[in-house]
Amino acid sequence: MIARVFAIARAEMLILRRNWWLVMATGIMVLFALALTFAGSAPSGALGVDMLTVSVSSMTTLAVYLAPLLALMMSFDTIAGERDRGTLALLLTYPAGRGEILLGKLAAHVAALGIATTIGLGTAGVVAALSGGAGVESVTALARLIVTATVLGAVFLVLGYVLSALAKSPAAAAGLAAGLWLVFVVLFDLGLLGAVVMDDGGVFTRVVFPWVMVANPADAFRVWNIAASDGVAMVSGLGGAAQMLPYWAAPVSLLLWPVLGFGMARVAFARLEP
Amino acid sequence: MDKTLIIRAASKFRGKVRVLNDIDLCVAPGERVALLGHNGAGKSTLMKMILGLTPLSGGEITIDAAAPGSGAARRDTAFLPESVNFHPTLTGREQLTLFARLIGGRADIEGLLDRVGLGEAMDNRISTYSKGMRQRLGLAQVLLGRPKLALLDEPTSGLDPLSRQDLYAIIDELAAQGTAVLIASHALTEVEAQTDRIAILRKGVKVADDTLPNLSRIAGLPTRLRILARDGQAGRIADETGGTRINGASVELYCDASEKMQELRRIAAMGDTVVDIEMTPPRLEDLYRYYAAKEFGEGQA
Repeated sequence: MIARVFAIARAEMLILRRNWWLVMATGIMVLFALALTFAGSAPSGALGVDMLTVSVSSMTTLAVYLAPLLALMMSFDTIAGERDRGTLALLLTYPAGRGEILLGKLAAHVAALGIATTIGLGTAGVVAALSGGAGVESVTALARLIVTATVLGAVFLVLGYVLSALAKSPAAAAGLAAGLWLVFVVLFDLGLLGAVVMDDGGVFTRVVFPWVMVANPADAFRVWNIAASDGVAMVSGLGGAAQMLPYWAAPVSLLLWPVLGFGMARVAFARLEP
Repeated sequence: MDKTLIIRAASKFRGKVRVLNDIDLCVAPGERVALLGHNGAGKSTLMKMILGLTPLSGGEITIDAAAPGSGAARRDTAFLPESVNFHPTLTGREQLTLFARLIGGRADIEGLLDRVGLGEAMDNRISTYSKGMRQRLGLAQVLLGRPKLALLDEPTSGLDPLSRQDLYAIIDELAAQGTAVLIASHALTEVEAQTDRIAILRKGVKVADDTLPNLSRIAGLPTRLRILARDGQAGRIADETGGTRINGASVELYCDASEKMQELRRIAAMGDTVVDIEMTPPRLEDLYRYYAAKEFGEGQA
């Protein structure tokens, strides 16, 4: 089984390298991370934290948008594209099971996303550290950011597989993926914000809101990174909601999502007739 | 004798439409069977059911005693889809390597690609391949892992006549190593005629399943004789044989396979008024059309 998963992963990695996806994703990450690091360099003196801390804080906000986007761009075509090209039926007649196929593709996609994130955010981190200093705490925060951003990407990879298995065509899958991104990354927060404003400090805001928020993997990612580092929390000014939750809430949410999503993708894929 | 593929009373409904109706079909090891039918006759659906890609609505299919889609069945079965496609950014060698790894065990990738005539192109991306080359790559993956059952869906589509010769050779090679071969096609051409047995599907019902000579005999289609007459003698020959003049110098007549020799002797006795004679046995297409168009079971259901 491992050999078959590995075989799928190797072929998938080859494709990602061949079609320049890996290079493009890494380039986008580097570009945005560097731009944010320089744009966000102003307040470091005033708050008394090193430049890397400021950089990690801005990159957290960046990663919330970018990691899901890149992940969905990679995953929406995974099953729908194979079906559209007519390669899926043949692949499914080979001894690899559907779970093994998904796992192999996921391994390759997570690796690619991990490479893009590490190089992208890492480069910006090194630049920030060189120009404005870094400490043990800020380096740890950067490492945490890179790992959690990859996990966040994995969540949207598996959710992308779900859409890809359900959609009738690659175009439909792309549309669904765009909708999913919009809902999880933008609309969800807007909706919560609206609810909090309406509630005006009531029970919802104090008890329900933090849990609903952390149930969203994108927010769980943000809360985890902010809550884990005092410096980052201070710079981002978003510590409030995070402090109302137990420390384990965000990590559990973010780590549970990929497992949950993979299960959903497996079920959706099993129902598919090529 | 143990059959590799056994299909018993297989039925398939799509919604309320019955796509396949009580199909029985067996293929023994080393046997080559052609499965013919028009588009929509149910050939591809039957293949998908054998592959476990779509469930049966009724009946039973076993591949060497394993259920369709089970791990054992997938290991034992090779499939060439109609107008086969691969990931365009991989090379032929990489694609075949992936398949070989999924099967497990060792495979001589280069040897196989040479065997199907892709030796030169094996390290080019599949996006640069012609349709015929993709079909050849499809054949190469059928040869991987010595399957017990090979399902070929329209294997000749996109192949030039020379490649068809290679295809016969590969099918024979498969059969010789004990693989049961099932070839689906919408027409009866030379490839299907070279098989051991021919099954014909019509609107989801099996209307014929026999050897080609037996099918010809049952259908009783006539042999065509075309006689080229010496100048000005065509009219006389037409009168004597009861044939029809088709142009100034030729006469055409039809006779049953059993009366063929008798007819030939009669014509030979006419001496040198006959310049040449051309004999055409019932064309495969005619035979196929006979079975595929035959009224069967209609009006009873």
